[in-house]
Amino acid sequence: RDFNERCAQCSEVNWGLTDGGRFYCRSCHNVTERTREVVNTDFITNSRVQTISKGLKKQEKIDGGCEWYICEGFQLVLKKQVEALEALGVCPQMKDEILCNFWRCYLQKSKQAYCKRPAGETVKTLSVCESSTDVDSDPERPSLLHLLSLSESEGDLQTDCSFASSVSKVSESTSVYSGSVDGSLYLMKNQKEKLRMTMPMTLSFCYLALLWVREPITLSELLRFVVEGHIPYMNVFQHFPEKMKLCGLDLKIFCVESWPVYEEVFNKMHELAAFLDLPRFPDITESCFLHPDMLCMKYLMEANLPDELHNWTCRVVKKIGIGEVDFLTLMPGNKSTRKVKYDVLAAAVIVVVLKLLFLLDDHYEWLLSEFAEERNKNNTEVCMFYSGGPYFEFKKWYEVVKHTLDVEQKKLDEQKAKYLWRCEKPLFYSVKNKSKVLKRRQMVVNLQNQFGKLSGSVQRAEKPNPSSFQLSWSEENRDGSCFHGHSLKGVLQEKCGLLTAMNPDYWLCTVKLCNEKLCGHLAHYREVEFPQSYHFVLGLFSFLLRIQPSYIHDEVCMIEHKLFNKKLCKKLKYNTVLRK
Amino acid sequence: SSNEHKLNFKKSKEACLSYIQDALLQKQWKRAAEFLTCYVESLEKDYSREHIGPSEMIWRIGTEIFWHHSQRRMKEFSCFMEQMKTLGVKRYLKVCLEHVFHLLYNGQIDEAYQNLSLAESWRFGEQTAIQDKEIKLIQAYRGLLDYCSWSKQKKILLEHGEDGFADLTVEQEMHGYFRKAAVNLKEIIKIPGVWDVFVKCYVDLLEFYGEHNEARQVLNDYAYNSKFPANPNAHVYLYQFLKRQGESKKSLISALKILHDIVPSHELMIDFNTMLQKSKKRKKRQLGLEVIFAALDYAGWKENAKAWSRLARQVKQIVISEKHLDWIKKEWNSRKDWWPDFHFSRYLAKRNWQENKSLSYEKALVAGILLGKDCKYFKYVSHQGCKVRLKRFRMLKKFVTRHNPVYLRISG
Repeated sequence: RDFNERCAQCSEVNWGLTDGGRFYCRSCHNVTERTREVVNTDFITNSRVQTISKGLKKQEKIDGGCEWYICEGFQLVLKKQVEALEALGVCPQMKDEILCNFWRCYLQKSKQAYCKRPAGETVKTLSVCESSTDVDSDPERPSLLHLLSLSESEGDLQTDCSFASSVSKVSESTSVYSGSVDGSLYLMKNQKEKLRMTMPMTLSFCYLALLWVREPITLSELLRFVVEGHIPYMNVFQHFPEKMKLCGLDLKIFCVESWPVYEEVFNKMHELAAFLDLPRFPDITESCFLHPDMLCMKYLMEANLPDELHNWTCRVVKKIGIGEVDFLTLMPGNKSTRKVKYDVLAAAVIVVVLKLLFLLDDHYEWLLSEFAEERNKNNTEVCMFYSGGPYFEFKKWYEVVKHTLDVEQKKLDEQKAKYLWRCEKPLFYSVKNKSKVLKRRQMVVNLQNQFGKLSGSVQRAEKPNPSSFQLSWSEENRDGSCFHGHSLKGVLQEKCGLLTAMNPDYWLCTVKLCNEKLCGHLAHYREVEFPQSYHFVLGLFSFLLRIQPSYIHDEVCMIEHKLFNKKLCKKLKYNTVLRK
Repeated sequence: SSNEHKLNFKKSKEACLSYIQDALLQKQWKRAAEFLTCYVESLEKDYSREHIGPSEMIWRIGTEIFWHHSQRRMKEFSCFMEQMKTLGVKRYLKVCLEHVFHLLYNGQIDEAYQNLSLAESWRFGEQTAIQDKEIKLIQAYRGLLDYCSWSKQKKILLEHGEDGFADLTVEQEMHGYFRKAAVNLKEIIKIPGVWDVFVKCYVDLLEFYGEHNEARQVLNDYAYNSKFPANPNAHVYLYQFLKRQGESKKSLISALKILHDIVPSHELMIDFNTMLQKSKKRKKRQLGLEVIFAALDYAGWKENAKAWSRLARQVKQIVISEKHLDWIKKEWNSRKDWWPDFHFSRYLAKRNWQENKSLSYEKALVAGILLGKDCKYFKYVSHQGCKVRLKRFRMLKKFVTRHNPVYLRISG
């Protein structure tokens, strides 16, 4: 299988395959007489596919087009995405080592390449890849070839035959039309077991790689960067090379008309990790960005909450063991452990801490706030300076944060409404409606110009610079709108040398957790009436993470149940308010 | 489920549309234009299952924005309308018509005419047959513009005629316009509908050329054909025509009778009452009383001195003659509960006296007869009138006092 002979002309070991299935030397282009057929037992299938694929060539594509496969398209997408990530500061190894290998592994496992497939097929994949993607740099070629010639005992004759026959169907029917060679095939149902690639899945790939190198980007941040346009996703196909013509069914695959949803990307990522048979991921330790302690700090800052709360989040994290390496690190394929959403988890911890200290029952927190206000009035500035910041007043914080949140939410809503989904590159399902599509496009552009003039030189908002923090608060502001340095003195008391909360009560979000596998959620946020303060706090983190509050609510329930586990086991039915 | 909250194309455009709506309602045209710029790409999506598609939205919203925008630029507006015409074949003629209306409003008569002619010659397979009504409308409006041209030529001709110059070309042109206009106007008024302006113009043309019979038929048809929607104006036009033709009082009265039935508060009710009062027939005179009472039921007539003088006159006549008091009784029966507060309050007495002495005089007379000399209105007004020594008020006081018992019989 391994063709390791030295080339007769240049003595290099650098082989490629021609269309005819012969080996040729890449360095000096010497073609040998050796062909792969010699080792193949499924020679017949090969030639059949070859002739069929040659037949496909006859299919008149839009002039200048080349044959390309769906997975090549996705490869391009991934390449663009990872380049964007690099521009954002992610380490370059992610692209060259991690993502690349994940992708190849995927191709192999899903039998789209790098496996014992009809030779004609695979060669095409490779050749286009080489010319247009540059993912594989020179030194890696021998290993590609190595993979090529791996003796996989998968790929039995039957699947190859069925592939061949269905390909022939493609070339005959006119309704099934795509710019790519295998567009229609891709959408056929029997691809399910092989984890068919989709656009959201490209983000799953990215995140998987990010997680492997433990980059300080959470999934919610990644998705936010996608929405803000820093990472190609929507209309990424416009970067495909000219000769890769996109039409017909390709559109269904590559043109997305909705923003990626956290849940979907997250779940696919785990499916993918299992599918690729990946080993245990690198450990998430305390010094890691994704560790709850770190993320809590970040979110506390962003939520304009006192730094002192961090002690409490760490305490909670420690108590329920969610800071443990084994809990946090990803073990693909392990179905028993709950999959960790690092960002949502951290946010939920903060919510629980707020409930612990302020109760958040629409009553107690305001009482505490009044109390703090009194104290603050009486204290002089000097006093405050020495005792470490003024008393934290929930009411003031609420007012400041709500105001900012409303403004930002309004901006975000308007942005969503103004979003332009189409791009310059026209899309059409078939050659027939190409002219119609182009006409429409022209009209849309004209109308945009006309109304753009009418709206008076309103510049389209510049893409915001990618930043990790959406809300920022400066302590230099004299108006007291930054609460980082404020003190929790007003809500704490000393008991036996330990600082505990003055609040003696706690209310559980739910007494009993649902079965996630049955109804998809641990608890049902919408169906119960919760205090307004709770809604507000969930809403705040929902905005920051750009996810539905119910997801945070689920995590909160999970944390609460871990925290009050013992007490719950004792008093299950009657009390929803427990004493700590 | 996560699907509800997915931000997708459709949801994004729905949100965009609601922002546009808000902006329109608040007359923030620039903001509406801003969002509409983002909305237009909906055209590239298939909305065939929706009730109102994006092309119609964009047409209607865009028209509003262009029209109300501070810098109204007709050229760009026309350009925009042209684009809208290409967007939907089923709507082509409608868009043309609206465009024409806007041009007319802006005084661009010639351009409007051109557009109408162009639209008239449009053919598109079976759509032409389906949009038959729109074509008739377009032809009608073209006819209307022809009528305007005819009017202009007529004016020129008449002026020249005075000077003694006979201009053949002008005359011929005029006749030409007449023919064009008549043909189209005649067609549209055959279709049941409200065609006031077309009817008026057509009748004008017919009258000028002496086709009185045809004119009468047209107006009769317009007023009495049950297929046509009830239209008070039709009766008004018919009445005016009959009056011009010098028709008998009988036909005039019958024309106005229906108007009274449909719109008792119509301004022609005064004329109607005048005619009826003069009639020799008792029934007609009673109808007259009915008519004037009915008109005064309406708030818009409260300060109409003419109407009050008619009523006062008739009431006075009846009281003096002492015949037909039952007529008054009948009319007053359904009004005695609310007319006193409506017309004859002390506040109104003061106000009427201050603002319009004649009005207060007439009203006082009526009040005095209907409510007796002790009623608030009469007392106040007559007192005021006698204070300033106006003769007629003294006469009024005497009259009412003399006939006071009448009120008792009326209110009975």
